Order: sequence, then structure tokens, then C-alpha cells
Amino acid sequence: MTTFLLRRIALTLPTLFFVSVLIFGLQQLLPGDPALALAGENQDPAVIAYLHQKYHLDRPILVRYALWVQGVLQGDLGESIRIKRPVLDLIREKLPVTAELASLALVIALAIGVPVGIIAAVKHDTAVDYGATMAALWGLSIPNFWLGILMILLFSVEWGLLPASGFVAPGESLKQNLLTLVMPAFVLGNAIAAVMMRHTRSAMLQVLSADYIRTARAKGLGELRVILRHALHNALVPVVTLGALEFGQLLSGAVLTEQVFTIPGFGKLIVDAVFSRDYAVVQGVVLCTAMAYIALNLLADVAYVLINPRLRP
Amino acid sequence: MCAKGLGMTMPRLLAATLLLIAATFTAIDPSPAAARVLRIGLADDPDMLDPTLARTYTGRIVFAAMCDKLVDITPELDIAPQLATEWQWVDGNKGLVLKLRQGVLFQDGEPLDAGAVKFSIERHLNMPGSNRKAEISAVSGVEIIDDHTVKLVLKAPFAPLLAALSDRAGMIVSPKAAEAPGDFANHPVCAGPYKFVERVAQDRIVLERFADYWNKDAVKFDRIVFMPIPDSTVRLANLQSGGLDMIERLAATDLETARKDSRLKVATITGLGYQSLSINLNNGPRAQNPLGQDPRVREALELSLDRAALNEVVFNGLFQPGNQWVGPSNPFYVKSHPAPARDVAKAKQLLAAAAAPNPRVTLMMTTVPEMMRAAQVIQAMAAEAGFDIKIQATESGAALQASVDGQFELSLNGWSGRTDPDGNLYNFVSCKAPPALNVARYCNPTVDEELDAARTAGDAASRLAHYAKVADRILADRPLIYLWHPTWLFAMNAKIAGFEPYPDGLIRPQGMTMQ
Amino acid sequence: MTAETFDAIAIGADRGERPWHRTMRRLVKRRAALVGLVVVVFFIMLSTLAPIVSPYDPLATSWAMVRKPPSMVHLFGTDEIGRDILARIIWGGRASLMAGIVSVSLALVIGVPIGLLTGYAGGIVDGTIMRLIDAMLAIPFLILAIALAAFLGPNLTNAMIAIGVSQMPVFVRLTRGQVLSVKHEDYIEAARAVGNPDRRIVLRHILPNIIPPLLVQATLAIAAAIIAEASLSFLGLGQQPPNPSWGSMLNTAKNFIQQAPWMAIWPGLAIFGLVLSLNLFGDGLRDALDPKADS
Repeated sequence: MTTFLLRRIALTLPTLFFVSVLIFGLQQLLPGDPALALAGENQDPAVIAYLHQKYHLDRPILVRYALWVQGVLQGDLGESIRIKRPVLDLIREKLPVTAELASLALVIALAIGVPVGIIAAVKHDTAVDYGATMAALWGLSIPNFWLGILMILLFSVEWGLLPASGFVAPGESLKQNLLTLVMPAFVLGNAIAAVMMRHTRSAMLQVLSADYIRTARAKGLGELRVILRHALHNALVPVVTLGALEFGQLLSGAVLTEQVFTIPGFGKLIVDAVFSRDYAVVQGVVLCTAMAYIALNLLADVAYVLINPRLRP
Repeated sequence: MCAKGLGMTMPRLLAATLLLIAATFTAIDPSPAAARVLRIGLADDPDMLDPTLARTYTGRIVFAAMCDKLVDITPELDIAPQLATEWQWVDGNKGLVLKLRQGVLFQDGEPLDAGAVKFSIERHLNMPGSNRKAEISAVSGVEIIDDHTVKLVLKAPFAPLLAALSDRAGMIVSPKAAEAPGDFANHPVCAGPYKFVERVAQDRIVLERFADYWNKDAVKFDRIVFMPIPDSTVRLANLQSGGLDMIERLAATDLETARKDSRLKVATITGLGYQSLSINLNNGPRAQNPLGQDPRVREALELSLDRAALNEVVFNGLFQPGNQWVGPSNPFYVKSHPAPARDVAKAKQLLAAAAAPNPRVTLMMTTVPEMMRAAQVIQAMAAEAGFDIKIQATESGAALQASVDGQFELSLNGWSGRTDPDGNLYNFVSCKAPPALNVARYCNPTVDEELDAARTAGDAASRLAHYAKVADRILADRPLIYLWHPTWLFAMNAKIAGFEPYPDGLIRPQGMTMQ
Repeated sequence: MTAETFDAIAIGADRGERPWHRTMRRLVKRRAALVGLVVVVFFIMLSTLAPIVSPYDPLATSWAMVRKPPSMVHLFGTDEIGRDILARIIWGGRASLMAGIVSVSLALVIGVPIGLLTGYAGGIVDGTIMRLIDAMLAIPFLILAIALAAFLGPNLTNAMIAIGVSQMPVFVRLTRGQVLSVKHEDYIEAARAVGNPDRRIVLRHILPNIIPPLLVQATLAIAAAIIAEASLSFLGLGQQPPNPSWGSMLNTAKNFIQQAPWMAIWPGLAIFGLVLSLNLFGDGLRDALDPKADS
């Protein structure tokens, strides 16, 4: 087991290396000198030259990559050239925000997806199945930003129930914090709910046709008991592990949701950084999310192997 | 290296969240102090809050509440006292003596005296990366005459100086705070009505009333919170739902909605800026086309456009059509050159005479919704005269680079505007202008002479005469075709009183109250 | 035995009902999937016949008819510079469908061969390529798409490339997984024992057996790609004016919801209808192809 774990961890290193090369290279491909974007309206040539020199923008690409990696290994992710703050500080500030949004979204996704998936599986091939499937799928069929704007107009402008945008830290006011996150989490969780529903449904279908379920039914146990006590927790295992892998999807969705609802999280940070050529921020944030994604994958792999002894090497 | 707090198992997370939700709705919310807070929605996130280094327009809105300057402008664009109470040109207009207001304190309690003014101006001139240097480059030094009098020494007379001092170049910062370790932008200290409390990047900037402000009676709100919300629909939605008290840069097409909403009221004023079509005359190989080389083709393009209809369709008629670098009601508008009416027939004639009946042109602009609408309208209008315009929407970072490198034929862009007409003109058409601004690479020595003369001339009438000569040439050569002047549109809670819009579009908190 | 004889035995191995017949039978029984298929086919035909069916030129502007509500003259109303919305929906369908189909085709054409290669080859080739694929998956799709679109320039073609490239890793993984599960089946071992070259084994024996799950994934990916194009439009990338696509129409319309809601309703419904149908059909196809589930 330990060797398996160590081997898996060792395998993440080349992945991280590739991620760093990919994101660094992608940044350099972007047309547009960041110094120009930074020199603002006046575009003073002296300022542009100064920025080139200060942020090593005139050095060759390999040198800049080496400088950046050296910094990363020492714990220095560089500085945001747009707002002059260390990238690490920005990450520390914004990661909890997106993490909270993503967690709430996942909760909503599970709360919608799992029950609907169960119902669809149990009532397989009936009108209920189709209805439930459609209900869960609609989340995948609406663009994120569109649903967000509609909800803002309805719940904030028309009915005044929820704040239209912005974010309040849980430390300041937990109630406000949750109020500001309800709509974004719902919008974000909607799409994932459909995926959860699919996974749950197919897992349940598989489990329900297993022998031990037939045995339980033959023994005369009520259908509900069969589902909840015998089928569900087996079906949930692949669902949960797959759910962890949806993290990548969550982050992509968060990028858009945070733009619409103006939530100061990772997603918004990255989008603004790409458009203003704030290289250090993009590189630092992507590296961090990649590490989180890889860690989650690792956990999922380990969990899968632990649960399913047949897969152990 | 970065926090990884996602290790909880699902059921535990679910239970925890449910408990949390239950707890919050039973907990008593601490009632907010009865402080009067003004929440302002901005159209984008300001950059660094350091007047010397700052470069965005939106940052100026925050500075208007935080940092007072030597002089201010009036809504009629006259110069008014702020930190300086009197001023006088001396030494044949090569010196400007300013008498400072007595008893002014910085937000950290330090007194604002001549030494602080000298420090700030020299900081603007000498700090590496300063974005103010080019604005006051005519100043060679600052002399302290006495505790509350300074003299700015100029290399040559420079009429736009006072206008420059009414913006960031005239903002005085506390020397003690500026010399403290760390970036000044993270703990700015100035002499304005509100002092800096905190900033959460892309989320909000919080300012608190400065109790010892020199004009404290005019200041009614206890706190101002700025929140950047880039999408104009979402910004307005926040205002309508009560999440904000005021927003700037309301979309023109939303004005009617805001007017009809009884919770809100609106305020408008014509701005100092302009939007124009820039034509690549001499910036690399892409200038080699009929539009870039033949003035008749450029004239045809201008004649094919209906500025009034453009304004009507894209901005609901709210903006101000124009054909010069200042608006028609500006004192420096050259009245002998009014905006030409649309004349498609003449445009076709000119194109035929230039032997280019169907010029193919690429129009570059950034992906801002209003710019895209305008570009489509321009494309359709010019098509009637025979122009085959292809729209190339470009992401803003790439567009900047392309403009500098000359990778464009026609581009739709603008300028936020400066109080002095020189600020709207010199850097775009002079031979000595920065390459990133004079993207057309227009260079005409006669025009430069007139521009320089207008800078050194003493009174408005002679300056106008010089600008008239500039107009004669520029409006014929057309490195830029000026199209309209944006109107600043503000929407706010109907209970807000005392807001006065200024042509620079900034929000001055003095005098504003909530009823 | 000759290779041809062997092929005949391998393909005809499943005696009884041919797999395709079974799939078709099951599919027909799922009404939701059929409805989905019909809707998808309808949209495809509408887009193909756009020049004939569209009532107006989608690019024709009219200053007098700016933001007019639906009427007999303009069935769906007009947009912010006076263009007919129905015409733009029909032509925009072309752009949105193309965005979906072309990007997924790109992902398939690049991803499947790589997956076949890495799954069949194994060893260090497999290891390296999969690390690279993992790296691509670790970068959020939208960031990849934004960066690519910004680099290549904001237009529909580049959006399709960006979406295709970011969907490619999924197809690599899927293909590889399928190859791995089939690689050690008896008939493959036998084919190898007889001396079939690797390429032939992969192309003639493995590939046909893994097409079904690829087909399902492709259908679902097209749905996701259409949504992705709309998302990119929201950020200012994707289809550029004046050419229509449902995503960019929706993006423009969001600023006019209070003044001209019809500008948003039609593209919203169109996206919803097509994507939901694709999802229903894809799910139905997956159920129908699943050898274990039997009705």
C-alpha cells in the first residue's frame, strides 16, 4: 500500500512540471506587452522602459521561466504587476472565497443530483425517470452567465430577496455571507447536479441489479429499506469519488459565476489577470489549482483502491 | 504553500453546512452602527492608490474622495482653489506662485505645508515609474518661499499647468507616509475628506471620514465604500435592489429604465473625452492602402457617416456628436469647422476620383459592447458609400499592442479627456508624441509649431487662434475622425441630495447627503 | 489461418442479435431520447437550409426598426441595431452548431489516435503522455480557452479551436481506458499470436469496439461545446459582430433584458432546446448501448 502511495505521489511531479511549462508557455504566447497595458492612459515611454526592466520583461523566455521556478521553490510566487501585491497574499485572500463557493455548489449539486438520480434509477424507464432526468439536465443546458443574470433580475431587482452581487466574508456576518452566496452556488451547482444525477443513476442501476439486492427483495424487505440501507451506500462510493474529480469543472464554472456575481475569488482573479497580462498571478493561481486538482485525484484514487480491494496492485 | 482545506468527507461537510445554516438563522445579527455609508458602484477595479503611479480613470474617482489637490475645476471648467487659495504667474509665465491654505492637516495628523508640496511635486517628477512626469514635465523645480507659499519653476511657459494640477499631478501626499516602508499604495495618506481604511482587491475599497478635514462641514457621510462591478446590467441591478447607493457610467440604453424606477434618480453631464476613428497614416506597412494614403478616401469615410444617427441608435441620443477633440460647447471649440452633414453622394464622388470605389478596410476595436454596436453601425453606414469594412474585435491587451505596432488600418478608440484642450490633442498628433498614443504617426511641423505656441500663449483668445490653425490642418488631413463625446451618466438612490456632476465624471462627496 | 479468415471470426463473434440492432431497438423504446434526436435533426436541417428559410438577411440593419417587439413583420422582433432576430436565430444556429461539431471533431481527431497509441503502447510512452494529459486537465478548461482565444484572436474559428483543444484530454482518457479494457481480451491476443501487425489490430479490431462510448461522449461533448461558446461570448471571445451565434446574441441581449426581453428569450430558448436535446439523446444512447442493462 505504501509503495503504491509513494509511486502515485512521485507520478504527480512530472504532471506539475508539465503544468508549469504549459501555463508559462501559454502566457508568453499571448500577444501584448504587459508594460503597455500597465503604462495606462499616458503611455509614457520612460514608464514602459522602467516596467520592462523591473519585471524582467526584456529577458529571454528560458531565463524568465528559470527565475520563476526558482521563486516558486522558495515560496515566492511573484507579484501582481497590476495592483502591486504578492501573488501568495492574493491567493490566501481569494482561495477561501472560491473554496466556499465551490463547496456550497457541491452540496447543492449533491442535494439535487443524488435524490433525483436515485428516483430515476428506481423508477427506471418510466415517466418519472424521464421527468427527473430532464429536471436535472436543465442545469447543463443553460449557459451559466445567463441563469445568473436571470436570477439576479428576479430575486434581487424584482423581489428584493437576495443581494445582487458582491461578497461578505463569513467572519463579518455569516448571514450576509450565505445570502450573497446562495445564487452563485445554485448557478454553479446546477450543472454539476446533472453530472451527479447521471453518475448516481447509473451506479444505482448497476447496484440494483446485483444479486444481493435480489436476495434482500426476495427476503421480503420493503423497497425503501432495500434502497436506502443496501443499495445506496454502495452506489454512493463511485459517485463521491467522481464528485471529487468534478473539481475541475467547478473551477471552470466558478470563473464565469464569479464574473457575473462579482465575487472576489480565484475565478475572477484569473480572468482579470489574463486580460491584463498579469503573468505572475495567472501562473501562481493555475499552479495552485493544479496542485489542488492533482491532490484530489490522488485522494480519489486512494479511496477507490481502499474501497475496492480487487483493484489493489 | 497554498491552503488545501478540501479534505472533509462529503457526509461531514453536508452535516456541517446544514448546522451552519441553522445556526445563522437563529443567531442574532449584530445591528449595524447608525453610520451613514455611501456605497458607490464603479465600472472597473481601480489600480494602485498612489497618485504618482496611478494610471486608470476609475482610480481618479477614488482619489476624488481621498486626496485633495492644489486646485480643482468648476463645472464650467474654470480653476478653483482647493489646497491652494491663490496663485499667480510670475517671471514671464515661467513661474507659478501658489499660496497654500492655512491649517490643513494630512490624514495622519501631519501639517500640510510648503515642504510637503515640494516633496509631492518632486515625487511626481522623479519617482521611477511615475505616470505624472509627462504631465508636468515643464516643471524644473519647486522653491519654498515661506511656510505656506511655493513657487513652481518652469523651463518654458506652459499654459496647461494649472489644469494638470487639478488632477493627480496636483495631489499632495504626506511625506511621512510616503517615506514609510512598504508601498504607499497599500496605505495611502493624503489631505482629502476621507481617509483610507482597507482594500480587498476586486471587491471593495473602504474610506472613512477624516475628522480634521479643512472643509469638514461639507462632508456628511461617515464612510464611503467603492465596489467595482464591471457588468453594467449587474451594476444597475445592485442599485435597484438597494445593494448600492450610487453608480457611475450607467449604460446609455439603461437610462430610461433608471428614470422610470421611482427608487432611483439620474444625473448627466457631457464629458471631456471623445471617441474617434484613428487611421494608420504612417505606422508601418499597413498604412499602405487608399485610406491611409489618400486624404480624399478619408474625407469620403467621414462624409459617409451620420453622427446624429449613430448617436441615436447606439446611445439613445444621449451622447454628444462631435467632430473635434473638444465638444461643441467647449470654449476651445473651433467654430469655423462645424461637423459636416452626411453626404453619401459626395463620398462616392471622392472615392471615384481617388480611383478606389470599394476600399477594403479592417476596423479594429475592443470587445466593449457599446464599441461593438458603434462599429457595426459605422460598417453599415460606410457600406452605402462603397466601403467594405471588416470588423476585427480584439481583446484589449492585444489591441493596445497592435495599435503601437501599427497592426491596424482603422481603429475605434477614445480618450477619457483632460480639462485643458492640450491634454486632448498634443499627445495624439504631434511629432514628439509618445508612440503609443500617436498611433496614426501623424507628423506635420507646422501643426507642431501651432501646438507649441498654444502651450506657451498667455490668454485664452490667442490660444484659441492657434488651435484654429491646428484645426484647419488636422480636420483636412484626418489622422483621426472624431465621432462623439461620451456623456457621463450617474444613477443613484432617489434619497441622495447634493450631488453635482462635473465634466470630468468624478464624484465629489462634498455637499452630498442622504435624506 | 489467413488474416482475413481471422477477421471474419472476430467480427462475427457475437452470435445472435447484432449489436446495432439491439441498440436501435432499445433506443426506439426511450421516448425522451427519440424526442431529443428529432429536435437535434430539426436544428441541423434548419441550419443547413438557412439561406432558403431565413426571412431576412441576418446582417441587414435598419435604424428605424431598432429594438422592436415581435410583430407580423418581424416574428421574433428586432435587435439593438434593427436586425431581424428570427433570421439571426436561424443563421446563428449554424455558428453554434458548427462550434459544437467542429470543436468536438477536432478533439476526436487529435484525442482518439493519441488515446489508441498510449493505451496500446503502454510503458513509458503511456506514462509521459498521460502526465501531459493530466497537466492539461489540471488547468481549468475556461482558462485554457481564454488564453488560447486571446492568443489566437477573438473569433468563432479560434473559439472552436480553443474548445476542441480543451476537450481533447477527455477523449484521450476515454479512448485509453477502453483500449486498456479490451487489450487483453482473447480475440486480441489471438490476433496478435497470428502475427497481425499492431496497426491492423488497433484499427480493425480495437477501434470498432470502442466507438459506442466515444459516440456517447461526443454527443454530450457537442452539447457542452455549444454552452462553452456561449460562455466565451460572455467574456468577449467567440463569434464576433456582426455575425450571429446564439451565445453572442445572448451576451448582447443580457444588457437589454429590461428594455427588450425578446432579444434574449429566443437565443436562450434555442440554446436550451438544442443542448437539452443533445443531452437527452446522448444519455439515451448510453443506456441503449449498455450491454448490462436490459429492459
